[in-house]
Amino acid sequence: MPIKVFNDRENTEKLLETKSNVSVKDLLGKLNINPVTVIVSRDGDIMTEEDIVGKDDEIKLISVISGG
Amino acid sequence: MSCCNQKPVIILEGSEKLCKFHFTQYFENKVLKTIRKFNLIDKEEKLGVAVSGGKDSLTLLSILKKISFQNPKIELTAIAIDEGIEGYRDKALITARKFCNENEIGLNVYSYKDEFGMSLDKILKFLNVKPCSICGTFRRYLLNKKSRELSLTKLATGHNLDDECQSILMNQFKNNIQATARLGPKVGISCTDENNRINNNNSVKIKDDSIVNTDIVSVNVGKKLKNKKNHVHVNELKYTSSQTNNKVHNNNFVQRIKPLYLCTEKEVTTYAFLNGILDDFKECPNAKLSYRANVRDMLNDFEAKFPGTKYSIANSFLGILPDLKAKFKEVEYSTCAKCGEPSSKDICNTCKFVELLNEQKSLSLNKSLH
Repeated sequence: MPIKVFNDRENTEKLLETKSNVSVKDLLGKLNINPVTVIVSRDGDIMTEEDIVGKDDEIKLISVISGG
Repeated sequence: MSCCNQKPVIILEGSEKLCKFHFTQYFENKVLKTIRKFNLIDKEEKLGVAVSGGKDSLTLLSILKKISFQNPKIELTAIAIDEGIEGYRDKALITARKFCNENEIGLNVYSYKDEFGMSLDKILKFLNVKPCSICGTFRRYLLNKKSRELSLTKLATGHNLDDECQSILMNQFKNNIQATARLGPKVGISCTDENNRINNNNSVKIKDDSIVNTDIVSVNVGKKLKNKKNHVHVNELKYTSSQTNNKVHNNNFVQRIKPLYLCTEKEVTTYAFLNGILDDFKECPNAKLSYRANVRDMLNDFEAKFPGTKYSIANSFLGILPDLKAKFKEVEYSTCAKCGEPSSKDICNTCKFVELLNEQKSLSLNKSLH
């Protein structure tokens, strides 16, 4: 099941293959991303770690780390 | 546990799930309670707000704008520092200018180029120093100097809970407790503080339901959270601002306040996203090289494994802050012998860096002449 993930901090886009629907928490785990450091959005809406990512979803990871 | 039947946008570390509406209320009330708890803003202020164009400072400016709208004697002025970091600050300043224009807030921009003769990008070609070290020193120097020149009564910064915890740990790791004594939600003692002590509490009175079209209203969510393990409710903090009212006062130091003190970076980003403030603002290209970035990553790993770590660090720090302030009050009082700006040393770091820069410029000029 393909899921497109855009990472705004790295400015990269990845196509992730999963066997079935996964939670946001599991998706971040697969990507080795700490959930504390990002907010996740789908179609402009924020998702929580418990939300389920489905087939052909386009996910955006927004880094909470900014500035310097 | 969900706040209502609307879709949650965040799960707080106490496992409370909040929808957009209740999260916005929770966040704004948290900021208001922080302001009240630590007496950050008085009834009358010419309040400066340090803006970078990032989510923290624009979130802060947005909330302070609502407060000033409800309290006309609180006048807001934004200050931005243009360090001269190509591809980063120039873009952020466009966002800052746009936001200030739309919200009718005056913005004063000061650049390293005008104040120190060259941009940070150029300075780093002359000096072999850590970028964040010189940049932070110059930025703090300019913010204080310009705030004083603008006759601001206080300067609000967008420092959040993550920033504060990182600073506490960095100082601890570097055995620099003296610097820790200058942290906290309110730094430096203003003239008005001393007057407050005499005339009782003059802190601005903000009702939870008093700000701009009931955007900020009293919310029960905070009460529910009170019982959660590790969650620090503003009312539970051991520290009170009166504990820091030692009488040490430096006329050259414009008091700094941090209204986002108890908001995590994730909460600030969520608020900014939900309220259309979040722009395409990225991490400073120099930040990845910093000591802070290492501490930040470590702290975030800990927070993921042990939720509530950041609140615990801040809470324990606030518990000992009055003792630290008392111990290091003489240091807080001193000024630089050269420029007169507040400094913990005889000659401030800004003057030392400027001297070093001038030396390197001369050397470079001599080389090119020969």
